[in-house]
Amino acid sequence: MSEAVLDPPAFPMPRSCPLSPPPEYARLRARCPVSKVVLPDGRTTWVITSYALAREFLADSRASKDTTRPGYPSPAPGFRAATQGLARGFVFQDPPEHTRHRRMVADEFAVKRVQGMRAYVQEVVDEHVNALMAGDRPTDLVRELALPVPSLVICELLGVPYDDREFFHTRTAAAVSRSSSPEERTSVLGELRHYLSELVDRKEREPADDLISRLIGKYRRSGDYDRERIVVTATMLLVAGHETTANMIALGTVALLENPDRLAELESDPAIMPKAIEELLRYFSIADVGTARVATADIALGEVVVREGDGVIALGAAANHDPAAFDHPGELDFHRSGTPHMAFGYGIHQCLGQNLARLELEVVFTTLFSRIPGLRLAVPARELPFKGEANIYGIHEVPVTW
Amino acid sequence: MVRENVMRVRIEEDRCIGAGQCVLAAPQVFDQREDDGVVVLLDPAPPLEESAAIREAATLCPARAITLEED
Repeated sequence: MSEAVLDPPAFPMPRSCPLSPPPEYARLRARCPVSKVVLPDGRTTWVITSYALAREFLADSRASKDTTRPGYPSPAPGFRAATQGLARGFVFQDPPEHTRHRRMVADEFAVKRVQGMRAYVQEVVDEHVNALMAGDRPTDLVRELALPVPSLVICELLGVPYDDREFFHTRTAAAVSRSSSPEERTSVLGELRHYLSELVDRKEREPADDLISRLIGKYRRSGDYDRERIVVTATMLLVAGHETTANMIALGTVALLENPDRLAELESDPAIMPKAIEELLRYFSIADVGTARVATADIALGEVVVREGDGVIALGAAANHDPAAFDHPGELDFHRSGTPHMAFGYGIHQCLGQNLARLELEVVFTTLFSRIPGLRLAVPARELPFKGEANIYGIHEVPVTW
Repeated sequence: MVRENVMRVRIEEDRCIGAGQCVLAAPQVFDQREDDGVVVLLDPAPPLEESAAIREAATLCPARAITLEED
């Protein structure tokens, strides 16, 4: 059999259906589950499309997340700008620094601590669903619910004073709005960072019962207090927890409305909500390229050897739609068991806020569909403005009525 | 006395990144430390009826910090 030498395809790859991963993922997986692609900046990187190999690679200590290494892949235009300034955050560090700094904040997201936030999350969701119901129809679910809920939850966690929350929310919304130009987004992120820097100053003087104050106390006790690190951590938590959760609220709502059988199943058996959320997370895998790494040594992956210095992206949406790991991966099935999905990544960088995300999604979907049983899309799903070019998949606006 | 009908569970604390997946899967066996979210093994020799939950915890653990010994 002769082997054709193919030019690596361009990445990111287009979707043919906005609710499904790019069809090219399945073709790459069938041909070679570790393949080269060309990034928007013209450089090549490896992409992994098999679940087993993606897990194997992400658990490998030779897979580095240090974005300052030259081979680190920049999966979408704007990635470098978006991560600049966060390079000192533990999200973009390797052990031992990563371990030490992640542990400084990991207790805040422990399972039991997150459960303690349920009452607040419910209060925020109730307030916004009430406002939604009292307003005009149709209305935009993203603006009215999906964006404000995670923004306010982060405010509560970080200890943003009530009087500042409106400012904070308008800025976080502008940072992800499609009506903001790239320059405006960068400038809004700068404003938020400046705000968080001032907030750290304030918490240094007047500590309260919140994450930033506790973090200041911990680093001071450990003897290597660095206020800039606290600002970076707070910014990182905001960036990681805001748009991601908002996009899952928007996509999850649309998926349930487009699959009335699944929604009916959920309404008749509310106990399956946690499994429904895992399935929606798997199905959309919105942080598909969040698993970009660079190899710090030659690494054998299946039949391929990735060379030291090569970029590698273990594509989350490809792994989570691998039929070898999930039967009929294109179907929403709330009764899957066994194989854990990789929507939050895998390995030591797996999402720190995943339990908080689960809580927010559970409270939002439960409240939204029980309070507004007649909820429906005001435009056909295919006409929704999906975020085709974004680092994190989602929808800009979801007009709904009831 | 040797306890029968138990599993042996081992954790590698150094590897743990506090993702809490073990606590979700097997709350009778795992907890997280107050100050840094690192895993606490509540029962190193849990009863066999916990075995499915513990295996799930080991599979879920993103840092591969949980190992099981089964006879």
